[in-house]
Amino acid sequence: MNFALTAEQIEMYNMAKKFSEKEMIPYASEFDQNSTFPINQIKKAWELGFVNTCIPVEYGGNGLSLVDAVTVGEALSYGCMGMHTSIMCNDLALTPIVVGGSEEQKERFLRPFTESPLLASFCLTEPGNGSDAAGIQTTIKDKGDHWVLSGEKMWITNAGHADWFVVYCSIDPKLKHKGISAVVVSKDFEGIEIGKKEHKLGQNCSDTRSIRFNNVKVPKENMLGGPGEGWKIAMKTLDHSRPLVSSIALGGSQRALDLSVEYAKERKQFSVPLSKHQAIQFMIAEMKMKVEASRLLIQKAAWLADQGEQNTTIASTAKAFAADSCMQITTDAVQIYGGYGYSKEYPVEKLMRDAKLIQIYEGTSQIQRLVIAREVLGK
Amino acid sequence: MNIFVCVKQVPDTETKVQPNGDGTFIETNSIKWIMNPYDEFAVEQALLVKAANAGSTVTVVRVGGVKDTEALRTAMAMGADEAILVEAEDNLDSYSIAKALKGAIDKSGKSADLILCGKQAIDDDCLQVPQILATMMELPSVSVIVGFEQDGDKVTVKREIEGGALEIYELNKPCILATNKGINTPRYASLPGIMKAKRKPMQQLSLGDVGVTADDRRVVYSDFQLPPEKPAGKKFDAMDEADQQKVVEEVVGLLRTEAKVI
Amino acid sequence: MANVLVFSETHKGNIKPVTLEILGKLEGQTVDVAVIGDLDDAQVKVLAEHGAAKVHKLKGDNLDKYSPEGYSNALHGFISSQSYDYVMTGATSLAKDMFPRLATKFDAGMASDCVNFLFEGDEFAGTRPLFAGKCLAKVNLQGPKPHFITVRPNALGLPESTTAASGEVNEANVEAGEIRAAIKEIIASASEKVDLTEANIIISGGRAMKNSENFSILDEMAEVIGATVGASRAAVDSGYASPDMQVGQTGKTVSPSLYIACGISGAIQHLAGMRTSKVIVAINTDPDAPIFTKADYGIVGDLFKIVPIMKEEFKKILS
Repeated sequence: MNFALTAEQIEMYNMAKKFSEKEMIPYASEFDQNSTFPINQIKKAWELGFVNTCIPVEYGGNGLSLVDAVTVGEALSYGCMGMHTSIMCNDLALTPIVVGGSEEQKERFLRPFTESPLLASFCLTEPGNGSDAAGIQTTIKDKGDHWVLSGEKMWITNAGHADWFVVYCSIDPKLKHKGISAVVVSKDFEGIEIGKKEHKLGQNCSDTRSIRFNNVKVPKENMLGGPGEGWKIAMKTLDHSRPLVSSIALGGSQRALDLSVEYAKERKQFSVPLSKHQAIQFMIAEMKMKVEASRLLIQKAAWLADQGEQNTTIASTAKAFAADSCMQITTDAVQIYGGYGYSKEYPVEKLMRDAKLIQIYEGTSQIQRLVIAREVLGK
Repeated sequence: MNIFVCVKQVPDTETKVQPNGDGTFIETNSIKWIMNPYDEFAVEQALLVKAANAGSTVTVVRVGGVKDTEALRTAMAMGADEAILVEAEDNLDSYSIAKALKGAIDKSGKSADLILCGKQAIDDDCLQVPQILATMMELPSVSVIVGFEQDGDKVTVKREIEGGALEIYELNKPCILATNKGINTPRYASLPGIMKAKRKPMQQLSLGDVGVTADDRRVVYSDFQLPPEKPAGKKFDAMDEADQQKVVEEVVGLLRTEAKVI
Repeated sequence: MANVLVFSETHKGNIKPVTLEILGKLEGQTVDVAVIGDLDDAQVKVLAEHGAAKVHKLKGDNLDKYSPEGYSNALHGFISSQSYDYVMTGATSLAKDMFPRLATKFDAGMASDCVNFLFEGDEFAGTRPLFAGKCLAKVNLQGPKPHFITVRPNALGLPESTTAASGEVNEANVEAGEIRAAIKEIIASASEKVDLTEANIIISGGRAMKNSENFSILDEMAEVIGATVGASRAAVDSGYASPDMQVGQTGKTVSPSLYIACGISGAIQHLAGMRTSKVIVAINTDPDAPIFTKADYGIVGDLFKIVPIMKEEFKKILS
């Protein structure tokens, strides 16, 4: 047993934290209020190797382990959960290529991302299908020398800025998960219609839109695996992406805890600092317990993946626990700040709004519980 | 060009400083160490000079404790080529540190074309090491520089003095320069940089190896203590016009004689 | 009794005030003063009144302006011909650069930026801040003499009484030696205001400023004491001041040595941005305003009356 991060991981964390303090925190509130896409942060993050952590060395990546990636993810999300959702979005979109692509596809699709700051979006959810991912209605038809893709996708992160889309679709919706396939689609293909930017509760700087594929011609060689292989690829992708998404929650939780501690020591009520009141002490202790437990779960889920072991249950455990904890911790942070916490003048209400999304995307907290229960109770 | 950068590892600026048990230094157990912020400017300047002079190498040298080697690893992750660590206690005085740095540079076998240091370390705030090193090495040097230009062997630097005025110096390499904030914007270490730094050579020496003994200590500190608590402020009533002149005179006088800020 | 030489930098023919602070504190020791270049009789007289036994005017070629090598060579030559135990000076930009060089020429130690000192018998014992003032420590010097010390200006304060000495003038020829790093040019500081985060003195206005035009009274006082003008969030939100002037949690975090808050009540978010200021002066009509709990000097009064008087008082003491 060894719970220590390596010297390099500590250095990665410190460097990413410095980046989030200097390049993200100062802009977080403004970008939230004006729904500004953090394009400069993404470019700078790309230069430093924070984007595309999933790309292996063979294709020009940095060869980060998943433990490395969640360590960096926590530090960046500390700066802004919304910005990091946009920074991390590529990992979500490119992991299907890493886990399901051929050598040729990996070389063709992944390497360009290491050569310039391209963006990619992961397109799974549809207007009528969220948690029921196997119910995909977007279809892909074999037209001999090419595919034709038709349908609509919903809540697509970075859609307005993406150069590539990894799209889940079905050869026949009646086949359910057995029909699901994954294709890589360029933004330049004919027939793609990008929707308007959604107005959201939180994570406002991150760009979220719907996309319509109107009979889009897709080259045969752009399908990952083969027809009907998509479900397997999606499930493997989630094993990798859930620890990453969990680290966004953890970064937000740690920030809310730090801000609460600082404020509780500063603010006086009944002539003593808030931190001297047991009611506040208990809230802070609760936050700390959840932060520590989230971190261990996330690290374990990432570590298992790095060992090449099945991590589905623990990844879902980490995701549900970290997301729910983040919601509780950020809500309590607002409570500790009182009236000031409810004001946009202070950073905690934004954390609370940003946190809510993590309980919803990449599998809701309820879906995670389903996954866990299925594993514990047997199918 | 052989470029040397002298760096120090100091407690993070956010650190709460506490005197240790016998008051001989601060409590160092739970401290987060960082590269001295002024040294980051020196590392960045070295990397800029290296980029402009093909075939240059940047060697970072640090004298201090070995428990944590954050400063050297950061410098190498930023792009320095190699490192030398001279193992010593964390509260060595400026004279001993400068002598150790000179010893380490001499021992490297490379003749230094340019030596860069931060203008001061934010732990003991002495502002001495670059000037001592220059004197020991008999090299020309300028401290507190905010501008740097190079033309062959000639360098032109801007030194910042009181009130933001600048002195422009011209000198030839080899020389020693001490950097201030404003000279450049230090780059972040990148993730690939951090991974590469792992494989870069770090030579470890003892104080004995570089010819420094206990007799070289010139400055002895004792009785470390926290500054006295701020006393409650003084409040003057000047709502009445008749009191205003007197009250303001008194406050301005106190700012000069008691608070000593004017 | 220790033999002490105090080096005084001169500015437009005048010795730096910190020289007199040091002389005041050295009462009881044998003290000489050295300057590079000339010094008029009036200045010599002031030094004598403050206890200078001798005033050495060090003269030589290439010493008309500062150079690290020229000045340290010249002083090294002169000091080598004398027998001082300690050499002291004010911690000015020049001295911070030159004294470590000079000390090393004697293989001697140096205590930087002392805020206080005394002599235990003949031995110097200083106090100096470390870790940006988060700690204070006692500092002693050992090894070859003389020992070198710089003293932070304004830390000791001017002596209340002085003991005169003879102030005998001695002119000595000194050699600047080889100067490899020389000043080619001096660029005077632009009149541009120092940024809030770096300002040594800040004057901030709050909602009580009533409009943006009224900020001119703060600007005028700032001009007198070399301050930068800031504002509270309330003043910024009301459009009296530009957002880059905002001090506070969502504005800039500042730690000047003097912060003068005018018509600022002291919301937590403002206090969070300026609480590390060394000295805080608050001017407010409300005696219960929270800002007074943080202020070293609070003036309960109308800022529009107080600030103009204060400006004139600053003018008087700074002239």
